[in-house]
Amino acid sequence: MIVADKKPLEEIIGYLKSHKSILILGCNECVTVCEAGGQKEVQVLASALRMNALKEGNNVKIDELTLERQCDHEYLEEIRDVIDQYDAVVSLACGVGVQFTAEQYPSVMIYPGVNTCFMGATEKRGLWTERCQGCGQCILATTGSVCPVARCAKRLFNGPCGGSTAGKCEINAEVDCAWQLIVDRLKALDKLDQYETLCPIKDWSTDRAGGPRKVVREDVQ
Amino acid sequence: MSVKTPSKLEKILSEGHLAVTSECGPPRGSDPEAITKKAELIKDHVDAINITDNQTSVTRLCSLAACIRLKLMGLEPVLQMVTRDRNRIALQSDILGAASFDIHNILCLSGDHQSFGDCAQGQNVYDLDSMQLIQTVRHMRDEGKFLGGDEIKRPPRMFVGAAANPFADPFEIRVPRLAKKIAAGVEFIQTQCIYNLDKFEAWMQGVRDRGLHEKVYILAGLTPMKNVGMARYMKKRVPGMDVPDEIVERLAGTPKEKQAEEGIKICIESIERLKQVEGVAGFHIMAIEWEEKVPQIVESAGLYPRPKVD
Repeated sequence: MIVADKKPLEEIIGYLKSHKSILILGCNECVTVCEAGGQKEVQVLASALRMNALKEGNNVKIDELTLERQCDHEYLEEIRDVIDQYDAVVSLACGVGVQFTAEQYPSVMIYPGVNTCFMGATEKRGLWTERCQGCGQCILATTGSVCPVARCAKRLFNGPCGGSTAGKCEINAEVDCAWQLIVDRLKALDKLDQYETLCPIKDWSTDRAGGPRKVVREDVQ
Repeated sequence: MSVKTPSKLEKILSEGHLAVTSECGPPRGSDPEAITKKAELIKDHVDAINITDNQTSVTRLCSLAACIRLKLMGLEPVLQMVTRDRNRIALQSDILGAASFDIHNILCLSGDHQSFGDCAQGQNVYDLDSMQLIQTVRHMRDEGKFLGGDEIKRPPRMFVGAAANPFADPFEIRVPRLAKKIAAGVEFIQTQCIYNLDKFEAWMQGVRDRGLHEKVYILAGLTPMKNVGMARYMKKRVPGMDVPDEIVERLAGTPKEKQAEEGIKICIESIERLKQVEGVAGFHIMAIEWEEKVPQIVESAGLYPRPKVD
């Protein structure tokens, strides 16, 4: 899933200074799972903004709504009838949702309420870690199903570097060395000989480097 | 191993001499004397001088310009090049720039992560890794072509090196990792600083078991300790460094004013022992901001005078 983290309240208050009618718009998907932008977080943010408005003596209308998804036209249509009541929306969806909402409603200011962080997984409640950077050309078949692009701080294809110590990365003793994980896994699979196959120079044109990407599937259109 | 480039370092190694290299870190400013003065201190006692490339990710005068300074002094530079800061366009471009000054040695590295340096908020590039940089230089030299496939007019003629750290984890892949670098095309290796000689010798045994010492020249890396504080710092704070307790204790047991001398002594003793290790083709002496001690170490270790080659 896409993992996001809450933005500091002060930053959001800063965006909303000139607005009088605000919709806090949550998303029921990834940001709900990572507890950054679901219905619960919408309630918490809306309450905090109301208290702030009260404290500042501002008369501001703040409403709450959570959509099934903000990355699908179908669900965004649900606010078409009410959007005109607001002069600003704080979207607690990921950056995709913020932009898709803005594309549908060009005359309303849509602000981001979370920082979109990465594609990752829930290790345990309150701990999400990165697994994928969407490089567009998956190499997990050759690296024991551990991704060096997302998990090695230097995204080395032929690691580990000389900084790997006791299974940890040189940048931080709390970060696993991806290449230690790869070696351990290849060993467990009895495929350690695969380690000596040189990984060729990567074609990054399917990554961010190639410009904004799209997937076209005519067979399902 | 036959000679493939005009590199003096390659010639010395191919003739079977124990090579001696050292390194200079460029300044955090543009004063050329910061390089030329360091080089003057060591030039008669080493065969080639590495210039580090923004080591520990701290921004400095560039390695290429500093190598050109050495070249203008008639010395033999080893251009260190990390893949952290430049993509394949910039790397190939700098290789050609170096080749235009007849710089004949390159050391291909991935580089320290930028979080250690003065631009921790910067982006890292890592378009290639160190093995792929080795492949790139060999491709440019041997095929005379760019990575994109076009022909290079006057291709680089560089003796291609890389680093090896026998002390990093996981230890079991440290010999396979060297084999992988050899498969990528590396011709000489400068190792991480060696303090744990037993572990280094165990690694060399593994290297010899696979006959890798006959496919690559291995220069053993050494850094003299200035004092016990430096030993403790390297032991605790430098990733991938293996400083045994006995080194720390030996320096701690030496009066403060004699610790530098003791550090030099440990370095010389290490060289004497490593000379006996089959497959060690030379020494890379990294006297960090202590270049003036290199001549003494080289002389005391019986590595002086340096051989003359054509």
